Amino acid sequence: MNLDAVVVGGGLHGCSAALQLALRKLRCLVIEKDTVGRHASGVNAGGVRRLDRDPAEIPLSVAAMEMWWAIAELVGDDCGFRLSGQIKIAQNETELAVLEERARLVRSLGYEHEEPVGANELFRLVPALSRHCVGGLVAREDGFAQPYQTTKAFRDKAASLGVRFLEGTRVLGVERKAGDWIAETDRGRFAAPVLVNCAGGWGDAIAAATGDPVPFEVVAPMMMVSARLPPFLTPVVGAAGRKLSFKQMDNGTVVIGGGHFGGADAEAGTTSLDFRALAESARTVAELFPIMRGASIVRCWAGLEGFVADGLPVIGPGTGEPGIYHAFGFSTHGFQLGPAVGRIVADLVTRGESDLPIEPFRIDRFAKPPSAVPHPSAGSG
Amino acid sequence: MFKKLHDDGAERVTVTIDGREARVPAGETVAAAALIHGLQPFRTSAVSGAPRAPYCMMGVCFDCLVEIDGTPNRQACQVRVAEGMAIRRQDGAGETAP
Amino acid sequence: MTARHELAVIGAGPAGLAAAATAAELGLKVALFDDQPAPGGQIYRGVERTPLADPAVLGDDYRRGADLAEAFRASGAAYHPSCGVWLLTPERELGLLDNGQARFVTAGRVIIAGGAMERPVPFPGWTLPGVMTAGAGQILLKSAGMVPGKGVVLAGTGPLLLLLAAQYLRAGVQIAALLDMTPPSNALRALPHLPAALSAFGTLAKGLALKREIHRAGVRVVKGVTSLRALGEARLEAVAYEAGGREQRLDSELLLVHFGVIPESNTTRSLGIRHLWDSRQLCWRPVADAWGNTGAEGFAVAGDGAGIGGALAAEYAGRLAALEAARALGRIDAAERDRSAAPVRAALAKERRVRPFLDVLFQPAPELISQLADDTVVCRCEEVTAGQIREAVGQGCTGPNQLKSFTRCGMGPCQGRQCGTTVSQLIGHTLGRPVEEIGAYRIRPPLKPIGLTQLAALDGEGEAAA
Repeated sequence: MNLDAVVVGGGLHGCSAALQLALRKLRCLVIEKDTVGRHASGVNAGGVRRLDRDPAEIPLSVAAMEMWWAIAELVGDDCGFRLSGQIKIAQNETELAVLEERARLVRSLGYEHEEPVGANELFRLVPALSRHCVGGLVAREDGFAQPYQTTKAFRDKAASLGVRFLEGTRVLGVERKAGDWIAETDRGRFAAPVLVNCAGGWGDAIAAATGDPVPFEVVAPMMMVSARLPPFLTPVVGAAGRKLSFKQMDNGTVVIGGGHFGGADAEAGTTSLDFRALAESARTVAELFPIMRGASIVRCWAGLEGFVADGLPVIGPGTGEPGIYHAFGFSTHGFQLGPAVGRIVADLVTRGESDLPIEPFRIDRFAKPPSAVPHPSAGSG
Repeated sequence: MFKKLHDDGAERVTVTIDGREARVPAGETVAAAALIHGLQPFRTSAVSGAPRAPYCMMGVCFDCLVEIDGTPNRQACQVRVAEGMAIRRQDGAGETAP
Repeated sequence: MTARHELAVIGAGPAGLAAAATAAELGLKVALFDDQPAPGGQIYRGVERTPLADPAVLGDDYRRGADLAEAFRASGAAYHPSCGVWLLTPERELGLLDNGQARFVTAGRVIIAGGAMERPVPFPGWTLPGVMTAGAGQILLKSAGMVPGKGVVLAGTGPLLLLLAAQYLRAGVQIAALLDMTPPSNALRALPHLPAALSAFGTLAKGLALKREIHRAGVRVVKGVTSLRALGEARLEAVAYEAGGREQRLDSELLLVHFGVIPESNTTRSLGIRHLWDSRQLCWRPVADAWGNTGAEGFAVAGDGAGIGGALAAEYAGRLAALEAARALGRIDAAERDRSAAPVRAALAKERRVRPFLDVLFQPAPELISQLADDTVVCRCEEVTAGQIREAVGQGCTGPNQLKSFTRCGMGPCQGRQCGTTVSQLIGHTLGRPVEEIGAYRIRPPLKPIGLTQLAALDGEGEAAA
């Protein structure tokens, strides 16, 4: 079997990279240790959000958004994408001032998607919101999608273009030999001139093994879902000053996240829940959405996700041997970027460059003395 | 559908079932009380609006969900009646508490 | 700080009551948590305070529960009624909903005595109001003194169906028909197990006595019933079925069905304990040793939740688990444990000898699952049909967990309790692979839905230690 590229990791980024490589006529194999979409890609909050991104991520996020708006043209499935809007709320004037400052910053960078709103517009957009809130920041053409459906759609489209998927196969080590990257797995060796590391929460191991260690930890953002409620909410809601990601699905269930972390065991691939932290999350929801006080929580879970010390992903080539490309460590906000990251990786592989600014995501950015490293705090997936 | 074998002489409490007052034995489950007093169905399903009523009576099927004192999705077979309790049929995903 | 107990027992049925009483008598500090307001579990429900004028309606075996409850009350074990368990962690932390208030406790050891539930078997119309389980009918009888108004139809297979029929007859209830869905071939298949079962002659004799009682009362018993359907729009209006190659129909407003009982395994599965597919009892059960010890450190299982054995076997298993807990916690040594266990173990072994015979004799027909009509609802909560499940399998879905992502099957409030066993079997049958390989739903906490405000009120500290 002749391969042009081996992609490690069957999450959204791996599937997207494989799809874009296949669109460029490369023969591709995706190696996944569990099943496609089993971890963060399949169980995240599904936020398709440009709102409140790190300025470094905005160009990628904006490019990804263009792809989301036409996602069915790319993968032949609407991925459950809803143009619901995303909104970040302020509970007092201080928080609102921060959001307004943020909006000015985004506009100064040349983007128009973040718009501050006052109380009237806030309650028009989110009628169920507690009346103590004072305003917010809105991205009207953001939305959300179905994570598992999305990842599966990218996988199925890639497979239809000839990409092979090897699930239940664990990469034990990688090395470069005679111009090829060799992925050693528990099901044999696979060689290709190009290796793409989309291993998510396990991506740091491959990076380290190829001489590019990054400061990294594995986290387990927790989610709760309610029993069905009558429709009361359209946009995805976050909050300044609170850990919150809150949305109502078409089926009436409410999905609550926002970056409360449970226990993560990357080696075993398991998570544990911290119900004391979820109680905090429940208090936030009960305060902000009185309608939720009669709701019941049906299910809670956590997914495993890689978190880089500065909260930004690693995207780009390795610094050592040629032919290795990284796209991992999306630090709880990678889902929306998925479609664009595949394109970036494929452009790097085929053209050696991307038309998107990926300098801030260089894998060797920590080789320099680090500036202040923030503690992990999560986005909405 | 069901009848009482006999009056067991137990202490009674007053509840309302879909607005109608009923005197029911203290300590009885909401489901038993509502079955005797003809709540039919207990709810309509959230997915298709189909009528539903108690199935298992032991807390594992979640088909007896009703609104109790304004809170939807309560398991009628697991909750005991109490004086003044308002029991209501639940439509679809349920009216939510104000 | 969070209260800590030496031994936590979950469930107040025969296994839990016996375990808690035995352990308390051995000097352990025991707390028993149960979601019901009074001891007895489902089998002995209402046993301390029956609403029936004539408790003899329920039969002699029911009275044994009163003795168990009395011994438990006298044992000194702390009793927490109306206190459901919604979380178990490997560190033996228990999330409780204590009379509506969420709190945590921890325990040195835990005995899970969660008991059984009736096997959910889908058939057309089984979601209609007026279709209930035989167990539901029995609970209404035991706890509320309620019986069917007129012309109830009983259908299915298993000892409970016969027992309920007899109890109804004693209470003067008119039974329109008993539709026996036991496959006629079961008797022959069960025959090899009969010699072992004869040692528990009492159990078999009771079963035969029930049949005679029903026969003498002139109840219309229809054998070899298949293709059960519940008909009606807003509620049950009629029951249709096939028997003797002919289509039959009975007008009725109440159909009580029963297809045996299976362990309630969400609790044990939530701990990652390995579960086996029991191909004779057609259900998942946790893997445990002769003392009930599971693969989860400090967690034992006892009673029907560990595999169906009936009330007496549950009681014995509860005592054994308690003896082992006393040993593990240093109250007695292994020799004393074994000495005390010997007569219990002998009684348990005798009780279990009748099981293979009963399991096979009352095994539901495999066609109930394999021949499920495509338009029959399997997941009552999300209203997913057998056809949708087969279609998902056709699209590459290989197991119950993927099925959730494909169809939302198992993702409603019952958390897969009603569809889980069916789904594993149906996927296995569709793919032509053993159920064991197909696996079961991963259990996401909470074990029962919890109110958002109840969760919000959890202060993270719990109550002060007792």
